[in-house]
Amino acid sequence: MADYVKMWENLGMDLESHDMLCQVLPTAVGDVFMTQENRPKAMDFWDLVISEVHGIRPAELIEEQKKGRKVFGTFCVFVPDEVIIAADGIVTGLCGGSQFWVPGGEEVLPKNTCPLIKASVGARLGRTCPFFRIADVYVGETTCDGKKKAYEILGQDVPMYIMDVPQMKRPKDILKWKEEIAEFAEKVEEITGNKLSADKLKEAIRIVNEKRKAMKRVYDARKSVCLPISGRDTLLMTQISFFDDPERCAKMCNRLADELEQRIKDGVSVVPEGTKRILVTGTPLAVPNWKLHNIIETSGAVVVCEEMCTGTRYFENLVDDSGETLDDLYMALSERYMKNNCACFTPNPGRIDDIIRLAKEYKADGVIDCSLKFCGLYDIEKKSVAEALKAEGIPVLSLETDYEDSDAGQLRTRIEAFVEMLNG
Amino acid sequence: MDGKYGVGIDIGSTCAKTVIIDSEGMIVWKDLRPTGWSSVDTAEAIRKDLPPEIRNNEKTRFVATGYGRVSVPFADKCVTEISCHAKGAVKLFGLRDLNVIDIGGQDTKLIVIRGGAVTEFIMNDKCSAGTGRFLEVMANTLSVSPAAMCRMAEQGNETRISSLCTVFAESEVINLIGMGTPRENIAWAIVDSIVQKVKTQAGKIRLEKEPLCLTGGLCDFSYVQKKLEIVFGRDVLTTPDARFAGALGAAEYAVLSG
Ligand code: SF4
Ligand code: SF4
Repeated sequence: MADYVKMWENLGMDLESHDMLCQVLPTAVGDVFMTQENRPKAMDFWDLVISEVHGIRPAELIEEQKKGRKVFGTFCVFVPDEVIIAADGIVTGLCGGSQFWVPGGEEVLPKNTCPLIKASVGARLGRTCPFFRIADVYVGETTCDGKKKAYEILGQDVPMYIMDVPQMKRPKDILKWKEEIAEFAEKVEEITGNKLSADKLKEAIRIVNEKRKAMKRVYDARKSVCLPISGRDTLLMTQISFFDDPERCAKMCNRLADELEQRIKDGVSVVPEGTKRILVTGTPLAVPNWKLHNIIETSGAVVVCEEMCTGTRYFENLVDDSGETLDDLYMALSERYMKNNCACFTPNPGRIDDIIRLAKEYKADGVIDCSLKFCGLYDIEKKSVAEALKAEGIPVLSLETDYEDSDAGQLRTRIEAFVEMLNG
Repeated sequence: MDGKYGVGIDIGSTCAKTVIIDSEGMIVWKDLRPTGWSSVDTAEAIRKDLPPEIRNNEKTRFVATGYGRVSVPFADKCVTEISCHAKGAVKLFGLRDLNVIDIGGQDTKLIVIRGGAVTEFIMNDKCSAGTGRFLEVMANTLSVSPAAMCRMAEQGNETRISSLCTVFAESEVINLIGMGTPRENIAWAIVDSIVQKVKTQAGKIRLEKEPLCLTGGLCDFSYVQKKLEIVFGRDVLTTPDARFAGALGAAEYAVLSG
């Protein structure tokens, strides 16, 4: 492993605590990923990235910053990467997926805040995540109450820009989101010092669309009865795509997809025939949150699709790049982004339609709807999700969990029982 | 009869239940003992106590279930308590369409069974509200046994405790004691809070019109059964062997396994 200590020091990180974090990660990676058999070879890229997750990409970002480029940290798939890329900025995801950061978050947030928020705040204030240190500016959004208020706290420590996400999906809301994007673009121009043009934005749209298409190719391979990749491996790919350079990400996903398509032709599956196929839906699974997938895939089932922001919602729907003016393109962006069926919208029937459609496309035998503890939005929506799925005759298991390991046994019992039920 | 036996061991959080059936499905042996500190030791002790001709029979199969199911080293297989309770209840109640309410030591389960197979289930969350554990802690606070508390509750009048969390409910109970509330009324409130919690959980699944059957450690307490009947507004069936439902189901899985 390269020596990144100097870099972390320069980033003002708390090296002592960070060492502790660095010690637990390899064990987790080993337990969750390396125990799998017959993994696609192309996973080597993501294995390398995760093994040095606080080294390789942060070092690249710092090099780019030295050239004058700005890094924007985001927390939600509503923030349009295209605008930032068009102004030669760099986007990095900033979601905390580890229990390690939760206590730090609880120092300033109520205990009954969702762990994603607590971990994100803890990662910043505890100075133990290089990405949270590197970002020049954070871009937040008004999706859930917890995040809105947490951004106020983060805003005291780091420059913060908030985008106002509509709560409904009427035509006027789509117009409003377009206005928000246009205003954000001005801010991005100001921060990066680069003027936007329709051509630049079109090119950025093309880049991000290519990344979406590449990710979709990987996901499409999971629709095959002969399943060429595990849920855990795909989840890792998706999680890291939030941090990676979009063009390299597309290239790597396409390389993986090539291998998966070949595997399907050769009849290479990662699970025995008849293994129950699970679609997972709910709140995002930020890196390194692999708990749910790991339990499912060591309980005799396999995850074939994630209807979540770390899943299909990240890459479904392309942006129309045919517009000629910035205004047209902002509208096209708004239309694409407003197709995201996050539970922060009311009403939100699109999510249920998506789950049912995806369950069929991916030939899922059952659905696991899992939300993070204290996420009211997704928790409340579970009831309508379960009712709709039952009406379709698709078995569903609703779960709630956080980042702690203490409920792993109870989760396993429920998941094993669900798999036994599917096996009949 | 081919002389094959199925041993089902249900290691619960408080009690370990064991049932042996023969290949005809007849119960030939059963055992109930506290789980104690170590599930592994308990499992080993159970094995030692099994009738030698069954323990040493190479055709005997062992299936473990319950939260300590992974701590039974000699088990041929582990099956979750949901599947085992369902299978056991189908047999005990002689029904193929039913709903099982299992109030266990650590958790409460509701299982919907149609055509003899599980179609839906729900288990309560991390906390012990609405479980046998809750009843035990509260009985302790009143310095009586759980069974005595249930008898007491029968004589009580309507009283409410609002907290579902065991820790908070305990302070409420202490408060009520301090205020001089009759113990019978407090007992009434405690049992009421358990059955109300079960009723709330039931709102999340489709019990429909099929019979409700009570299994688990509380099935001996006729007052709990009666209270469940009141809140659900219909009959709740139970049988004395209902606390062995999980072990019986496991024994059936054992006989079925190769
Ligand atoms: S779940 Fe909603 S709030 Fe969270 S990242 Fe997705 S769109 Fe944003
Ligand atoms: S999981 Fe729920 S509560 Fe947490 S950040 Fe996402 S929407 Fe907000």
